[in-house]
Amino acid sequence: MPRAQAPGMSAPALWRWTAAPLARLGLSGRTLVILVPVIWLLVFFLIPFLVVAKISLSEPMIAQPPYAPLGTWDGLRLTLDLNFGNYAFLLDDPLYLNAYVFSIQTAFVSAALALLIGYPMAWYIARSPEPRRTLLLLLVILPFWTSFLLRVYAWQGFLRSNGVINNFLIATGIIDTPLVMLQTNFAVYLGIVYTYLPFMILPLYATLVKLDDSLLEASADLGARPVATFFHVTLPLSMPGVIAGFMLVFVPAIGEFVIPELLGGPNTLMIGKVLWGEFFSNRDWPVASAVAIVMLVVVVVPFMLLRNAQARAEAE
Amino acid sequence: MTSQVAATLQKPWLDQAENPFVRIHRVTKKFGDFIAVHDVSIDIYKGELFCLLGGSGCGKSTLLRMLAGFEEPSGGRIEIDGQDMAGFAPYDRPTNMMFQSYALFPHMSVERNVAYGLLREGVSRAEARDRTAEMLKMVQLERFAGRKPHQLSGGQRQRVALARSLVKRPKLLLLDEPLGALDKKLREETQFELIRIQESLGVTFIIVTHDQEEAMTLASRIGVMNDGEIVQVGEPVEIYEYPKSRFVADFVGSVNILEGRVTEDEANFIRLGCPDIGAEIHVGHGFSCTLNQTLWYAIRPEKIRLTRERPEGRHNNAKGVVEEVAYLGNLSIYRVRLDSGRVIRATKANLSRHEDGAITWDDPVWVSWDDTAGVVLSA
Ligand SMILES: Nc1ncnc2c1ncn2[C@@H]1O[C@H](COP(=O)(O)OP(=O)(O)OP(=O)(O)O)[C@@H](O)[C@H]1O
Ligand SMILES: [Mg+2]
Repeated sequence: MPRAQAPGMSAPALWRWTAAPLARLGLSGRTLVILVPVIWLLVFFLIPFLVVAKISLSEPMIAQPPYAPLGTWDGLRLTLDLNFGNYAFLLDDPLYLNAYVFSIQTAFVSAALALLIGYPMAWYIARSPEPRRTLLLLLVILPFWTSFLLRVYAWQGFLRSNGVINNFLIATGIIDTPLVMLQTNFAVYLGIVYTYLPFMILPLYATLVKLDDSLLEASADLGARPVATFFHVTLPLSMPGVIAGFMLVFVPAIGEFVIPELLGGPNTLMIGKVLWGEFFSNRDWPVASAVAIVMLVVVVVPFMLLRNAQARAEAE
Repeated sequence: MTSQVAATLQKPWLDQAENPFVRIHRVTKKFGDFIAVHDVSIDIYKGELFCLLGGSGCGKSTLLRMLAGFEEPSGGRIEIDGQDMAGFAPYDRPTNMMFQSYALFPHMSVERNVAYGLLREGVSRAEARDRTAEMLKMVQLERFAGRKPHQLSGGQRQRVALARSLVKRPKLLLLDEPLGALDKKLREETQFELIRIQESLGVTFIIVTHDQEEAMTLASRIGVMNDGEIVQVGEPVEIYEYPKSRFVADFVGSVNILEGRVTEDEANFIRLGCPDIGAEIHVGHGFSCTLNQTLWYAIRPEKIRLTRERPEGRHNNAKGVVEEVAYLGNLSIYRVRLDSGRVIRATKANLSRHEDGAITWDDPVWVSWDDTAGVVLSA
């Protein structure tokens, strides 16, 4: 309250003492509104990122914390000791390259599968009449109300060789030896798609529900069969939702650790698992940090390219 | 005889032998319990420019949407070019529709919007490009071919929508309030453009409108709808001069409706006792009615003459005082309160720029009209 700070201060006075000096500094109301998220990103993203980047450039050491300081200061001279060996090491050992490729591949295939499964679901929800639509949306986000870990564990119970699925198939006589499903790449795909499907459905739903029915009617009226209408009208107009949904599945799936750990086998070597191993088992923080930085670059670069392509397409 | 042949060529609905191009037969549409279109039958002939006219919510769009195939009739049948349309999807019908909202594809340029229908039909790219260019030229949008719909003005969008529905040269073109968003001048230009297109391409048009002036300008025939039903179908002159009911008389143009009882019923005239104007109305033609039956007499404002003196030799006249004058430029509208208390509307063309002694506020006047000027209505 202005009254508490300066008794009798009128609104123009308040303006003179607060907003006006800020405005002189080039801070209008608009910049102030943007300032909050900028500070947020700075504190919770950029600074941690710089810390990790710093660690990735240091020498591992048996100490607390387990890495050498980046430089020394002998009172007169600052010696920076940047160690790029951690990055070189990542290139040396094919394990890391394989893990990156496998992670990206798994994340990509999972996102594509989630898109194929999520699109019809989002479409159906968006086309449903009102009371049912809300119910269906609720069902989509319902799984979030139980622990993610618990749900992935539950899949173990389904996929085990003596799990629900195998028991059922054997009992009905469809198979007589249990299928190996747990600890396979299939289980990892299944886990990722299952977990991240809502993130695909929600942005797709948001674009599809805005789609004007009369555009679909116009397309049909001009001679387009339903499939042609889908590819020429519905899909292009829902592209923002497709890209958002794809990214929301693809990006976190690259770094996914829990799902490959619980459902994957010894050879599902995803980068999240490697990171975990370096950090906790080997206690090699610098290499773990280098792994994390490279992963970030790998994720951010395609994302930026896509954003750019999108912006260019929109400008046309 | 030859003139009659010419007349039926121009007016196929007068020719008993002619087959209608669109036959709407006892069509009904229900949404749940609500009857949006009730037992509508209309025959529309090739090359017609047929206007569906009616107030908001009377079922015009619903009827049009059934023709386009977006809604299935709950009852009755629709035939286009002799073929029953039941079960035909919109993409299998020989119709194109121009939507009330235009429904232009926002992600496509003007050119791609217009070419869309041709490409779906399997027309080659080169031909589609030529025909699109030709159509854009016709609606004077060549310069805007590369723009997206959101970069156009309302009137330009409307012309894109028109071009898109015309480019496939459909046998039947359905236009839902096509000119609603345009200003008066652009609307008039486009009306004449529509008539020109219709004459040069020979397409059959069905146009929905709630603007009676637009219907009068455009239509070969008008179908007036009320509450889901067709109340009258006829040529503009017929609808205007010979309305069949008070609703039609009132909806199309401005009218004075007087209630009266039959006091004399002769072969070549009838007389109505009309307390509204405190006099008897003499109708110069026979009408099948009975004595004392209640009838209505509809007389248009422009058919009423205003004079300062009691007119001689006119059967129908009444005395009153000018209550209000509205000057509209080309004509003036007078509201005259008769001695009976009833207000009558009359219009007078402003033939000269300045008139000495013109009738104005509070002047005592006589209103009068010919004994054939009005219409007797029994409903
Ligand atoms: N899908 C629907 N479900 C329920 N009622 C509907 C539906 N479509 C139309 N109606 C109702 O049917 C009636 C006729 O609607 P329609 O759109 O045909 O009116 P209209 O004559 O085109 O009116 P306007 O001049 O306002 O466009 C309206 O009362 C409307 O509420
Ligand atoms: Mg309508």
